Amino acid sequence: MTEDLAAQLDEPLVELRGVVKEFPGARRGDAAHLAVDGVDLRVEAGEIFAIIGYSGAGKSTLVRLVNALEPVTSGSVVVDGVDVTTLPEKGLRELRRGIGMVFQQFNLMESRTVWGNLAFPLTVAGIPRRDQQQRISELLHFVGLADKAHARVSDLSGGQKQRVGIARALATEPRLLLADEATSALDPDTTRDVLDLLARVNRELGITILLITHEMDVVRRIAHRVAVMEGGKVVEQGRAVDLFADPQHPVTKRFVGTVVDDLPAADVVAALRERHEGRFVRLAFRQQEVRQSEVFATFLRHDVAFELVYGGIEEVQGTTFGNLTLALTGDAAAVDRALAEVRPLVEWTEVA
Amino acid sequence: MGPLAIDTRLGDLQPEFWQAAGETLVMATTALLLGGLLGLALGLGLYLTRKGGLYANRPVQVVLNVAVNFFRPIPFVIFVAALQPLARVVVGTGIGTPAATFAIVVAATFGISRIVEQNLVTVSPGVIEAARAMGASRSRITFTVLVPEALGPLVLGYTFAFVAIVDMTAIAGVVAGGGLGSFAQRFGFRQFDDVVMWASILVLVAFVMVIQLGGNLLARKVLRR
Ligand SMILES: Nc1ncnc2c1ncn2[C@@H]1O[C@H](COP(=O)(O)OP(=O)(O)O)[C@@H](O)[C@H]1O
Ligand SMILES: [Mg+2]
Repeated sequence: MTEDLAAQLDEPLVELRGVVKEFPGARRGDAAHLAVDGVDLRVEAGEIFAIIGYSGAGKSTLVRLVNALEPVTSGSVVVDGVDVTTLPEKGLRELRRGIGMVFQQFNLMESRTVWGNLAFPLTVAGIPRRDQQQRISELLHFVGLADKAHARVSDLSGGQKQRVGIARALATEPRLLLADEATSALDPDTTRDVLDLLARVNRELGITILLITHEMDVVRRIAHRVAVMEGGKVVEQGRAVDLFADPQHPVTKRFVGTVVDDLPAADVVAALRERHEGRFVRLAFRQQEVRQSEVFATFLRHDVAFELVYGGIEEVQGTTFGNLTLALTGDAAAVDRALAEVRPLVEWTEVA
Repeated sequence: MGPLAIDTRLGDLQPEFWQAAGETLVMATTALLLGGLLGLALGLGLYLTRKGGLYANRPVQVVLNVAVNFFRPIPFVIFVAALQPLARVVVGTGIGTPAATFAIVVAATFGISRIVEQNLVTVSPGVIEAARAMGASRSRITFTVLVPEALGPLVLGYTFAFVAIVDMTAIAGVVAGGGLGSFAQRFGFRQFDDVVMWASILVLVAFVMVIQLGGNLLARKVLRR
């Protein structure tokens, strides 16, 4: 889809270099806390970039540095060519008007109707009241809430609230949308709807999205590229498909494992061994062109019997890949020869 | 007068009675309006200068807190007397309704400031953060987000404060401030005239009830928006 989009564009929309954010200890004398610890990151225009990590990893802090809701301790944050760390208050307000933000808890104003909530960013941006009407109605149509214009916020469901939150973030036609756990307060069905809406924001409006989550399924559904955070550091980053296919860092592996059965865990292997004999190998199908039948035909040609004992086929961003653990039985030398022959077709690893 | 007439001077005291009621009305409404506004300002100050607040400022925060904590617990009967010299400077006299009103306004300001602060704390910090993320200035956030979001509980808080204000007007007699409270004391309690006393009480209670009812209705309207 947008696989080579990043390559097409050279100027990143957001660039973080050596970013550090330190919070002072709660009491005087307490040690300072490094919430973000030397992060380098580039978000290209037009992409959906996800930051995933466990709670406390520093994700929210990091994203709040992008629109300078918090000042950095050191390092530089460049958004659309402007270093936000040196902007004065007035410049910051202008910067923020060009960056939409969506929150886990929606953060809508209960004292206003849906309409009033959408009017707020327009008023802040200095758009006269008479010109607001059309924009608000466009926004409501875009997020599918045209009939809720005059509803009270407290009468909306969680999914509807988040749609209003997204509409509000889009009101001033930002180039960049920050989404901090935008779906974490929603049930699975609603999550899917809201993610679809975000994908549409990216696709149809061309808005770059920097998205934070602790759910790998969110990444799987809409992210083009991902950074994995732990302890304030980015421990791994790359294209979503690549991370799913071949996670390197233990944290990434754990996240990938939540949606994709990668390698069976030790206790699973032990249980499998009781039921299956032979040599266990994990085949990682990565290239779309490689046909599984070719690989399996090779085994058959060498008189190697195989049984699928673990794994499955996954889909990430339109790319399918499989992680299949097979139990191979037959003459030991024949198994070796067969595995040598499939080596150019598919990456395999011994499952101990 | 007929044989069943109760021994009361309420009939003769009618002009004084209505004058006292008028004084109470003036003192209470002035205190609610002025003290309400000043209390709102002070309450905003307490809230906004907190750590993590829009105008976080530790020294100002400490000064405001110490001032409120010092003045608020002083019993009004002492406060009104102690404030006489200041009343002379500000309203030109240390006695009468103006001096009493001045003292009530000051006391109400401190009392209401805490009520305001407590209600502002209930506003979700996330909503403030969202407004900041949209590029709104701090003053815009204060007056078009923070205060409207807290308006329902604020109205209830002010209604509650009004009862305390009416209570204070009854003590205005200390500085010859007049009002129904001192009227009831002078002509009712001290003269053993129960009718005068209960007539005063009824008017005071009616007064408080009207405000209470109005406040509740207003709060409900605000909360239902
Ligand atoms: N305003 C703050 N003051 C002090 N510590 C903070 C503040 N905000 C976040 N932290 C700390 O920074 C760390 C990262 O927090 P956060 O960015 O919210 O993580 P995440 O969003 O990944 O769950 C946590 O240990 C948190 O306690
Ligand atoms: Mg977070």
